[in-house]
Amino acid sequence: MRNDITRRDALALGLSAATVAATGVAAHAQSAIKVADAPAPKLPIEKGATLRMLRPVRFVQADEDVFRANAAKFTKETGVEVKIDFVGWEDISQQTAVTANSGAGPDIIIGFSDAPHIYIDKLIELTDVADYVGKRYGGWLPLAQRYGKKNKSDTWIGLPFGASAGPLIYRKSILQSVGFDKVPEDHAGILDLCQKLQKAGKPAGFALGNAKGDGNGFASWALWSHNAALLDEEGSLTINSKETIAALNWVKQLYPTFIAGTTSWNDVSNNRAYAAQEIALTANGVSLYFSLKNDPATKAIADDSEHQLLPKGVAKISPMAGLTLNAMVFKHSQYPNAAKAFLQFMLEKDQYEPWLNANSGYWAQPLAAYADAAVWSQDPKVKIFKDTMNSTYYDGYKGPISTATGAVSADYVLIQMFASVATGAATPEAAAAEAEQRCKRYFRRQK
Amino acid sequence: MSVTTLSSRVLAQRQPSWLVRLFDYKPFLIVICLAPAIGLLAVFLTYPLGLGIWLAFTDTTIGQKGIFVGLDNFQYLLSDPLWWNAVFYSVVYTGIATFGKFALGFWLALLLNNHFPFKSLLRAIILLPWIVPTVLSALAFWWIYDPQFSIISYLLVDVLHWRTTNVDFLGSPWPARFSLIAANIWRGIPFVAISLLAGLQTISPSLYEAAMLDGASAWQRFRYITFPMMMPILAIVMTFSIIFTFTDFQLVYAITRGGPGNSTHLLATLAFQRGIAGGELGEGAAIAVSMIPFLVFATLFSYFGLARRKWQQGEAND
Repeated sequence: MRNDITRRDALALGLSAATVAATGVAAHAQSAIKVADAPAPKLPIEKGATLRMLRPVRFVQADEDVFRANAAKFTKETGVEVKIDFVGWEDISQQTAVTANSGAGPDIIIGFSDAPHIYIDKLIELTDVADYVGKRYGGWLPLAQRYGKKNKSDTWIGLPFGASAGPLIYRKSILQSVGFDKVPEDHAGILDLCQKLQKAGKPAGFALGNAKGDGNGFASWALWSHNAALLDEEGSLTINSKETIAALNWVKQLYPTFIAGTTSWNDVSNNRAYAAQEIALTANGVSLYFSLKNDPATKAIADDSEHQLLPKGVAKISPMAGLTLNAMVFKHSQYPNAAKAFLQFMLEKDQYEPWLNANSGYWAQPLAAYADAAVWSQDPKVKIFKDTMNSTYYDGYKGPISTATGAVSADYVLIQMFASVATGAATPEAAAAEAEQRCKRYFRRQK
Repeated sequence: MSVTTLSSRVLAQRQPSWLVRLFDYKPFLIVICLAPAIGLLAVFLTYPLGLGIWLAFTDTTIGQKGIFVGLDNFQYLLSDPLWWNAVFYSVVYTGIATFGKFALGFWLALLLNNHFPFKSLLRAIILLPWIVPTVLSALAFWWIYDPQFSIISYLLVDVLHWRTTNVDFLGSPWPARFSLIAANIWRGIPFVAISLLAGLQTISPSLYEAAMLDGASAWQRFRYITFPMMMPILAIVMTFSIIFTFTDFQLVYAITRGGPGNSTHLLATLAFQRGIAGGELGEGAAIAVSMIPFLVFATLFSYFGLARRKWQQGEAND
């Protein structure tokens, strides 16, 4: 069995999926997705309904192609015109804020993870649709439930469409040359490996700069793998804890083994350093692997690369969250039933499976049944992303998701806490206290 | 009697209508002519500014309406080390960058004021950093300062072998601060140079000729003719330069996003970070409003600089 996907294959997969979606032909005959019978909610579509939606811009072209084809199929079946705008990842939060505050604009927005929790008062419940697709496709995975449901309730305020993870990626041959088959799961082992990589001239590198995805990902992992957390289950701040101090001390030891300059790294820095063979170990989404694999000049690096879930440390499972696409329907929509019907339609197998496959592993499914989609058996190095939404870790872990948890991430509070200790600008105790102070400001209005 | 009646009628007919009289009334004309401009100012300047100031006194967040909290945001900022850090760096950034831009810009203007071949071409080339969009310049500097792929490091390490390791321009506070200042100076020099060159060209050559006949040295000509004559333009260009530098956003946000840590946050980037990315609109607005005293100072500087017109005649100040 082939264990690689070329760019041509990926395109072909996407195009065939788009064709399937566009022509309305039944989904892949060999589909392994199990579908259960469940009564669909009654959603009589309003007369003359039209929909406008925003969503983050595609990462792989096939994502947009299939998504548009699915929407066109919905229009063909229901007569509801759907206008989809793709906007930059950095802009989607601001556009959602304007939509929510002004009470005008798109009917549906697919934002990121915590967006529905921030605009909860402006959204309609999606419980009926969520219950239906949940029953039909094996149930919602833990991360989908966390981001989709209102805190401590079974009321759905968002419908997760998928999540992207950032596991470790490393050079197999280089790790082997320093005596490791894979990255150890314990902190002492990771430190030992990184020290040896540094001596070998191919160090590790993790973003400690103001990098939204990679920086926050590393900081969260460093915390969670020490059983530290921003909040407890009740939402009280627990960032200034002995577990956090332990995490800070560990990163202080680890930082000198990194390649120089990680405190100024942004989200693309580790990709470039890895692709240039400057580093042998970092954490990233599947995008890095695919960009290496699809370029003949760097394919050898991809062949020598392996993915691994973020090490557990002292946690029970790999503490890795995923960046989640989360769909919201606004109260100001004149056609709420059409909007809900559209989202339901997009999550049905005939539409969702081709879209999932077209993304080549970049987005992982929120519904258990889609774990059997073809995309996960195409390339063993991509399979690791399949269970992204099985994670119980999320932004703001262990507490309730809120505006403040999003703000802490957006303001790089955790990254800066680690960076200040790593560079010797602050002691672990002082850095944890300062982070707590900054968090308190953001959490002062949270219930 | 009848004659008198006729005259009155004629006079009455000649009396202009109230509308004509209204438009002959100077105060009304002033109001009616200024109204569109005042309307535009109110809608596009006063309202946003007023809204910003109002937000600074509320606890508004993105997605939630706020309530009036008085000076709470400002009180918090006074106790916030990150705000003080941003004030400190904004002043340092503005001070050093402005000095650098003026020293180099003035020098360049003096050079360009001389006669030499391809003068026009050189002037056009010097404008390039000003023409290039700021974000593009920022990206170029981001590459230049990159810890792994910096062209400077490449020259120093791989070509000249003067160093064994790359220069980490943006990895620690002071190098990052000075790297941003250097980028700002590079970008700002053309504005200063071209503006001052325009000023230099307004100085009558006869003044220099007379001074030379009197045996004045080059330094004396600069000290007693060029510099005093340039004071008004220097003052206004410096004011604009200070305002542009103090409110700079793009260079810093594109290169460091305020990092490492928060060491390179200017007040403008911190306001954006808190208000938009962090969602605390009220606090972000308060940070922006806290810039006003500094900007008022810069404007006053311009006013007093321009007011000293006697400098042009080489006399004492008013």
